[in-house]
Amino acid sequence: MSATTTKKTIDEAVDERTYASYARPLLWRLVATREFAVVALLLLVFFYSRANIVGFDGPLTLYFLFLQSAPIMLLALPMTLVIITGEIDLSVASTMALTGAILGIAYTKWDLPFVLSMVLAIGVGLACGLFNGFLVSYVKLPSIAVTIGTLALYRGLAQGFLGTEAINGFPEKWTDLTKERISDGSSYPLVLIPFVVLAIAFGLLLHFSSFGRGVYEIGLNDEAARFTGVDIARTKLILFALAGAVAGLAGVYQTLYSGVARGDASQNLELQVIAAVLLGGVSIFGGRGTLPGVVAGVLLIAVINSAMRLDGIRTEVTDIIIGCLLVASVLAPMLLTWVSGLAPGRVRRTASRSSTPTEPSVTGGPSLDSKSANERQ
Amino acid sequence: MSTTVDTTPSTDPGRRRPDARGVAGDLLRSRELAVLVVLLLLVAVATFKSNGFLTGDSWRDLLLTPSILLLLAAGQTMVLITRNVDLSVASTLGLTAYATGELMSSGQSPWVAALGGVAFGAFLGAINGVMIAFGRVPALVITLGTSLAFRGFLLHWAGSDRVNASEMDSGFLALGTKQVLTIPVLTIIALLVVVAVGYYLRTARSGRELYAIGSDPAAAALFGLPIRQRVLGAFIASGALAGLAGVFFAARYGGVSSNAGQGIELQAIAAAVIGGVAIFGGSGSVWGAAIGAFLLVTIDRVLPILGVPDFYQQAVVGGLIIGAVVLDRFLASRAEHRLVAEREVTP
Repeated sequence: MSATTTKKTIDEAVDERTYASYARPLLWRLVATREFAVVALLLLVFFYSRANIVGFDGPLTLYFLFLQSAPIMLLALPMTLVIITGEIDLSVASTMALTGAILGIAYTKWDLPFVLSMVLAIGVGLACGLFNGFLVSYVKLPSIAVTIGTLALYRGLAQGFLGTEAINGFPEKWTDLTKERISDGSSYPLVLIPFVVLAIAFGLLLHFSSFGRGVYEIGLNDEAARFTGVDIARTKLILFALAGAVAGLAGVYQTLYSGVARGDASQNLELQVIAAVLLGGVSIFGGRGTLPGVVAGVLLIAVINSAMRLDGIRTEVTDIIIGCLLVASVLAPMLLTWVSGLAPGRVRRTASRSSTPTEPSVTGGPSLDSKSANERQ
Repeated sequence: MSTTVDTTPSTDPGRRRPDARGVAGDLLRSRELAVLVVLLLLVAVATFKSNGFLTGDSWRDLLLTPSILLLLAAGQTMVLITRNVDLSVASTLGLTAYATGELMSSGQSPWVAALGGVAFGAFLGAINGVMIAFGRVPALVITLGTSLAFRGFLLHWAGSDRVNASEMDSGFLALGTKQVLTIPVLTIIALLVVVAVGYYLRTARSGRELYAIGSDPAAAALFGLPIRQRVLGAFIASGALAGLAGVFFAARYGGVSSNAGQGIELQAIAAAVIGGVAIFGGSGSVWGAAIGAFLLVTIDRVLPILGVPDFYQQAVVGGLIIGAVVLDRFLASRAEHRLVAEREVTP
């Protein structure tokens, strides 16, 4: 067993390199990446739409495109980090609905000041994320099982609190603010500012901090990460908490933008967020992917959505296309690996990694994990 | 794979030696029994609170409603055991239910329509299975994608149309309400399917191989098991069962619109996980999943009787899923400690 494990690790190190191949020319290094493919596809779709779809180059297109995809754009940022550690968070859309419900109830039923209601709602989002993170990192449960559970739990709480009621009557000052533009007549809404700030913050965190290097290391090999001194449990807890807090923010935004808090708000949004992140080149197995790629992936989905709406195509066709893109985005690298595996001199990967949805911490055993983690502290 | 150690002791009782905790320990470890006890307690409380709970229409609904979920849970169990997941069953159910209705409204006999529905489901399952088994890509992503695509296809096909009861064969619709000895026919068929799947998983060679694959894919590959065929087979079975569930849906509700079965995939996974099927494969039984399915539907009906607004139903389901995985984790780590202790005693 140990012999095959070692061999697999070497094969993977060859196949799944996480840094640029400096033996190749600079141009090749820039072009032959997932991120470049996504950016190219984004530009292609964007300019195709501008040229061929009536009204796409109008001043309102970009404005509504950003307004409507803001929640997906926001949620994709922490989701990227979560997926790079090899975990997943399916509960973000339910967290959004719950924070929306809390916002509505706190403002209209408990008569709290509006700013305090917003803080409370985002705090609830943070608490939801902490709960996920606690179960994943300290109870050591598989994140897919935990977040399928909390997907139902948070949604159920939102529906339970609100029933069939839809709360409206939020202060106009704040609902108008969500539709505000950066400057008069500009096609960029104000919501882009928090997005850009958060994108830069998450980008710095992931790509330019030791915390971020730890995130990649956990996704590649959590045992090695532990030996290099990465606090796996704390890292995952922080990431799930961030995902919850950002979901809270997105929930507040979505509630104010639509003007109502409903129990069934934002249903299935988590699928679109995950689709966007995976399209952006993040590996579902963890350890690979970049934030710029994800931003391109999110924009790609947003542009497709908006272009098809303008073209008069119904939203279900968009769903088909996003579903197929998602499938293609994971099949394509596998096909590439397969094709390059046919070339002489390359070792084909063993089948053992094949059918795992997300790799659990197979190595060592969880009790061992916690023991040595304690010893280190 | 330490998390799946010894979570199916009930299928292999001969190898465990008796210890002091004996019967109580067995009870706690046999998930099927534990969930069954909870289910019976719920029914008892509900009957106590409301006298009509086990009579007439209420009794029929209590048995009839789980029939669709039973089929989905059985299919989901097969897929989960191989360490995969199928999120597309709800969309498959919607598509096949609509297809069955359309076949009948175009004048086909109900038999052809039902068979067509099941075959269509198997075909959709095969689409998933081929990509997952041969493309070596994670099932979570693929079935997420196909669930969007299948549902989109259904919306595109059906639009705002719906198949109405008047377009369907009356004998077919009667199947939805027919009872034998007060037990609905659909439930009987679903239970027969569950028994067949359970027997297959328990005794057939290929059924045992599904457990082996989910328990340790690398070891299964080294052992020479046909992993791809088995995983493909599990997805085709899951699709076909979802197709049958679609036929049931058409018969039970007598009308199919494009949102048929939306969200039921999570209930199917919940039923399996509550019934003791490990989400990372290799352990669990279809009996457990079936009891889990009954439990979920019963909770749905009992909550209003207990004075909890039924809007909270989903929250209760979520709580149960989390409770079930926490319990599994706890039992697995205890079993692990016991194994380590035994190893240290006997050198």
